[in-house]
Amino acid sequence: MPKKNSRSSPPKKRIAELKLNEERCKDCGICVAFCPAKVLGQKETGEVYIKDEEKCTLCGNCEIYCPDFAITVKEAGGNDEI
Amino acid sequence: MKSLREEFLRTNKLPHIWCPGCGNGIVTAALVRAIGKVGFEQKDVAVVSGIGCSSRAAGYLNFNTLHTTHGRALAFATGLKLAQPGLKVFVVMGDGDATAIGGNHFIHAARRNIDLNAIIINNHIYGMTGGQHSPLTPEGKKATTAPEGTLEREFNILELAVSAGATYGARGTAAQPRLLEKLIVGASQNEGFSVVEAMSTCPVSYGRRNRLGSAVDMLKDIKQRSVSVEKLETKAETTRPRRDIAEEGAEEEGETHDKQEEVIPVGVIFSRPAPEFVERYYRGLNKEKEGKEGKEEKEGQVES
Repeated sequence: MPKKNSRSSPPKKRIAELKLNEERCKDCGICVAFCPAKVLGQKETGEVYIKDEEKCTLCGNCEIYCPDFAITVKEAGGNDEI
Repeated sequence: MKSLREEFLRTNKLPHIWCPGCGNGIVTAALVRAIGKVGFEQKDVAVVSGIGCSSRAAGYLNFNTLHTTHGRALAFATGLKLAQPGLKVFVVMGDGDATAIGGNHFIHAARRNIDLNAIIINNHIYGMTGGQHSPLTPEGKKATTAPEGTLEREFNILELAVSAGATYGARGTAAQPRLLEKLIVGASQNEGFSVVEAMSTCPVSYGRRNRLGSAVDMLKDIKQRSVSVEKLETKAETTRPRRDIAEEGAEEEGETHDKQEEVIPVGVIFSRPAPEFVERYYRGLNKEKEGKEGKEEKEGQVES
């Protein structure tokens, strides 16, 4: 669990917590295509994976575009509203 | 943005049967988020569906659900709403389900202005049965039953709905789930018959046959062609469908266009007030009851 920002410190980058439910994922690649920060990647075999979680800007595109209810994104330690 | 509420899904039924990249899942997720956003309780929501790929949605949603016969989702929903007026009823149908097999139920539900929220997932094809053309397959597009392209012109669902008497009509697409969510929220807040056309993608039965590329390509194409109605109103010249322009060009070249180039107007297409059916029905029923009771009382007084 990351520490919560105190008021005195400069605003820290919000850290994303991405979850990919591999059982539900069908590797359609829609999340990969619609992620503006290129957080998600697709292997040569077609398998979708979380490539670079740190780059996530918490836009939520992957979650709302996923047709398989397979991805959730939320702020680490925060509530589910982003 | 609020996360999708897992308790609204029957998670033991997942993964669902829809093909990889199918837009039905995006639309269903938007519906679930919209219900969460409005704040309806699980027990107050009913999802009714017919037959087809899109109608499988009811099976994955953890509300009161009815998976009914082909085209008859609105008929079942009408009965349900009249028996339980407190329920918020969402009717998920496909394009063929709603406008071909259930075409009559659709226009008469609109005529009654009964408080139902019809979500029509329009993927332009009968996907489940192998890609036959539906009343919403755009003219010239290929299907198993129209190998050279369908000769029939497609319905405009929302124009049909408005002329039949619906009071809220909106068009969203699977390529803009945030907008779609907003439109479904708008539909659920409208007291009367609401129609949301959710333009979706069928990469397997429709896309492949019409060479529209992958699921991602199809979504990007829809997104590119979508223009909000507000923008269209301000820019009158763009209201002319691009297809006309494309066809003019094609005629000159003597070939038909392969790519869909028509503008998709998205947003709230119409919204107008009108008396709602269930409320009027119960008002009439109560009046009748009161009238009878009053009569009986009078008769009783005369006898005594």
